[in-house]
Amino acid sequence: MSEQMTGAQALVRALESAGAEVAFGIPGGAILPTYDPLFDSQKLRHVLVRHEQGAGHAAEGYALATGKVGVAIVTSGPGATNLVTPIYNAYMDSTPIVAITGQVGSPMIGTDAFQEADIRGITTPITKHNFLVTNADDIAHTVAEAFFIASTGRPGPVLIDVAKDAQQALTTFEYPERVELPGYRPTAKPHSKQIREAAKLIVSAKRPVFYIGGGVLLARASAELRALAELTGIPVVTTLMARGAFPDSHRLHMGMPGMHGTVGAVGALQRSDLLIAIGTRFDDRVTGRLASFAPNAAVIHADIDPAEISKNRIADVPIVGDAREVIADLVVAVRAELEAGNQADLTGWWRQLDGWRTVYPLAYDTPSDGSLSPQYVIERLGKIVGPDAVYVAGVGQHQMWAAHYLPHEKPHTWLNSGGAGTMGFAVPAAMGAKFGRPDTPVWAIDGDGCFQMTNQELVTCALEGAPIKVAIINNGSLGMVRQWQTLFYNERYSNTDLHSKRVPDFVKLADAMGCVGMRCESAGDVDASIEKAMSIDDMPVVIDFEVHKDAMVWPMVPAGTSNDDINVARDLAPAWETEVL
Amino acid sequence: MSTHTLSVLVENKPGVLARIAGLFARRGFNIESLAVGPTEYDEVSRMTIVVNVEENPLEQVTKQLNKLVNVLKIVELEPSSTVSRELLLVKVKSDAVTRSQVLEIVEMFRAKVVDVATDALTIEATGSADKLDALLKMLDSFGVKELVQSGMVAVGRGSRSISDRALRPIERIA
Repeated sequence: MSEQMTGAQALVRALESAGAEVAFGIPGGAILPTYDPLFDSQKLRHVLVRHEQGAGHAAEGYALATGKVGVAIVTSGPGATNLVTPIYNAYMDSTPIVAITGQVGSPMIGTDAFQEADIRGITTPITKHNFLVTNADDIAHTVAEAFFIASTGRPGPVLIDVAKDAQQALTTFEYPERVELPGYRPTAKPHSKQIREAAKLIVSAKRPVFYIGGGVLLARASAELRALAELTGIPVVTTLMARGAFPDSHRLHMGMPGMHGTVGAVGALQRSDLLIAIGTRFDDRVTGRLASFAPNAAVIHADIDPAEISKNRIADVPIVGDAREVIADLVVAVRAELEAGNQADLTGWWRQLDGWRTVYPLAYDTPSDGSLSPQYVIERLGKIVGPDAVYVAGVGQHQMWAAHYLPHEKPHTWLNSGGAGTMGFAVPAAMGAKFGRPDTPVWAIDGDGCFQMTNQELVTCALEGAPIKVAIINNGSLGMVRQWQTLFYNERYSNTDLHSKRVPDFVKLADAMGCVGMRCESAGDVDASIEKAMSIDDMPVVIDFEVHKDAMVWPMVPAGTSNDDINVARDLAPAWETEVL
Repeated sequence: MSTHTLSVLVENKPGVLARIAGLFARRGFNIESLAVGPTEYDEVSRMTIVVNVEENPLEQVTKQLNKLVNVLKIVELEPSSTVSRELLLVKVKSDAVTRSQVLEIVEMFRAKVVDVATDALTIEATGSADKLDALLKMLDSFGVKELVQSGMVAVGRGSRSISDRALRPIERIA
């Protein structure tokens, strides 16, 4: 079916045809033609945000919470450059979003026209792919290609820059049934020989561990992972990006590894003789100093992106494929090995693992001055709100505490900025998640520093009907940076004191933005504040938890050192080789 | 470190050269030579890229290149089974006195004179980088006024063509 229409109408129709239901954005000169037919769309809801960065993070939050492609629409020049941070964030965390940017008319491209920016050039290193469309006839198939590229293989952001004259010109609309991309063919099905080889190693290793990354969530492979873990009885660690891929409460789960990982998870990797790494990329935040990472381990590395395999750590068994297919195939191959009677005894390994777990559990001190402990707030929040809500974190101390103390029991309930570490992610991403899952409670856990970067999207939430909850973990400072200053810069607190217990008044700020604002300063009021917030469902709620300033994130592996040098508290290292029973 | 020659088949679309050059730059690779031109298919261009790297990072950059949507195929050409050529145009000072000496060198290198002036000769030569270096060394004493050299182009020996299956699914094994 083909139909005459403008490029702008074709763009809106193509987005509808691609399945987009919500788009976040702000109009401006170069995208105005598209906003006209968008006004009439019955299938595609547009959410008018307050800053383009908010549109991008909202698209990410929507994508992470729903598994669909998130969409942001902005104008040229500053509109497009404001989208650069979320595009980079989506690139680092492999989140499928499509960004539509208006561009000046094609005859003016290259003339430094008003609000002209080479956004395709700017975003080339941080997009999976990008397009410049100067002909209306190319709009529909480009949108189809963008959605296909964004959502398949290793997902990621795709940008389409659409010249204003292409939006205005007439074209014949035809949405392609199939996309033709001769240079893009991701491998989903793993090689059976590699799977058999991996299965042999898995059943014969004495100290194996599943090192699980965000790719398992992207592949929606949690059920398969659980089956494989339970079949083998092998311990599981889930990285920051994979929290929720395997239930925290499961006996095989050793927690989160990395710079702020649990002793059990870090120890499991360090002392392992076989890493079964799936959908993960041996990031420096997990490995510490690479040369001393898991020194005695063989490596099975499965990833859909061949470029991740053997990038940082050479893999003994490389497997290119979709995590769900890889794990499903491994279940079959491992079961065959087990039925043939091949099974290593993991009793000694588990004795060691359980020892670490018992002796070095996650723990925090209650501040002696009676002030509120940030970890306590987050722990209570998780207990009261429960594992079904969606939790969205910013970046810093509160993010690490949230990663540890929230109940990560279910996939796609933990949204955060991992690879990029983008402060300000939480509020707009929570907004996007709420639009994607309106019936699910969505809590942003944010720092006072992060919150002051993007809180204006609460206005959008209030006006557009996205009643999210925000728990500000307000320690009045850029807490993680301050922690490094405490530990590595002689307690010289250069420019980390935000004074945000004084200014701004977050309760009044929330009120001014059409939200309910509350303040909580003592442990006794924490539960009541959370419960009150849960009782409000027609407005966004902001709780300003004023917490102890000096609380630190533990455990910690100092940057650039070996994971073996993990500290469980300041100047307190675990005794690795002590035999604990 | 060693020199590697990559032949890269890409879609003939605007911006592809920038994507590839940018990828090399941001992953920390120095391109020694790069030549782009058409192929036997209108929609496909071929780049010959010479890089000086270790084996392991080369594999990494090849994988990253493969991820570019506009890249169709990458082949590393082994020097022993490859014909490679560069083109040199050089303007040498040469008057009636020295002209015959210069022409003798041109003859020895199977080069060609493509332009003559009263006080200069412009010489065209093709060949491997080594041959062109040797020629330049010989011409140096006469005085080189201007020099321009192309990037290397290379093709594998024998009857097979790397573009044969370029538009079919590309095998990507880690």
